[in-house]
Amino acid sequence: MSEAEHSEDAHAHDGHEHNYIRIWGILVVLLIISVVGPFIGEYTEIQAITLVTAFGIAAYKAYLVVKNFMHMTAEKAFVSYIVVTCLVFMFLLYAGTAPDVMKSEGSGWEKPLWQQQEAEYAARQAALAHGGEDGHGDDHH
Amino acid sequence: MSGTPIATTRSAAGMPTGKLAVWWLIGSEIVIFGGVLASYIMHRLAHGGWSEEAAHTNTWIGALNTMVLLTSSLSAVLAHQAAEKGDGKKASKLLWATIVGAVTFMIVKAFEWTEEITHGYTIASSTFWSFYYTAAGIHASHVLAGAICMYYVAKSAAKGEHLHRVENVGLYWHFVDVVWIFLFPLLYIAK
Repeated sequence: MSEAEHSEDAHAHDGHEHNYIRIWGILVVLLIISVVGPFIGEYTEIQAITLVTAFGIAAYKAYLVVKNFMHMTAEKAFVSYIVVTCLVFMFLLYAGTAPDVMKSEGSGWEKPLWQQQEAEYAARQAALAHGGEDGHGDDHH
Repeated sequence: MSGTPIATTRSAAGMPTGKLAVWWLIGSEIVIFGGVLASYIMHRLAHGGWSEEAAHTNTWIGALNTMVLLTSSLSAVLAHQAAEKGDGKKASKLLWATIVGAVTFMIVKAFEWTEEITHGYTIASSTFWSFYYTAAGIHASHVLAGAICMYYVAKSAAKGEHLHRVENVGLYWHFVDVVWIFLFPLLYIAK
């Protein structure tokens, strides 16, 4: 490698280092916004502010880390396919099980009676604990 | 006979096999953490009372640990950069800085959990706290595993050996950081 090429290479590495520190700075600023945003959302009672500043910013922070620190976009395409396939399976898991958790009945099925009784029992316990009475198993301050 | 693992020298898929293995590991971890987080989200959406439980988590401690992990990710990527330049000693020092980040994270978490358990919020208190301790606990075990791996990589990097492993352990560490980036709003901010 000639001296000029070596110098150019060193400058390129220095450039990367500054870029990494810049990305870290952006991540820290986004962290501050994601902490302050929900307080503003609570004060103004605008839930969208909380959702965007907490979860929107989390998604963008994750993107910055994956792109700039993990260099995923510079990897071979099949690396992205591995990651995306696993994400798809994760969403399939969610889609397949969410109705069982979030709904009490569906097309040709309904939750067994014991689950309803369990939910009613949990609601009663929560109401007791919330009312300041000595709830069963709850020891919250 | 050489003691070098075959994954160090082979690159059948067009990339070093060790690095490919780390990406597969990350893929499997996505399903593990994704499963826990997806279950948490669906239960939380189904049970409105969870926001009252979540109100007891400490946002500032969560933010401090996020800051610690983001900074440790910076030192990990700078270690990778130093390893690419062939500077094993610098890479080793930066990996040690990352290990310090991991230890700091664990100490903060230990104080946080002690405080919560002392106040009666245990893994058996409610479904929210079960998810809280399970998700944060699995994550903390990954932080610990990452720190142990980095210790061995830093030791060999200081001697200028196996420098490609600096990138591999860095990839894993950034993934642990990404998981926390999602855990933070779910467990500490959404109240």
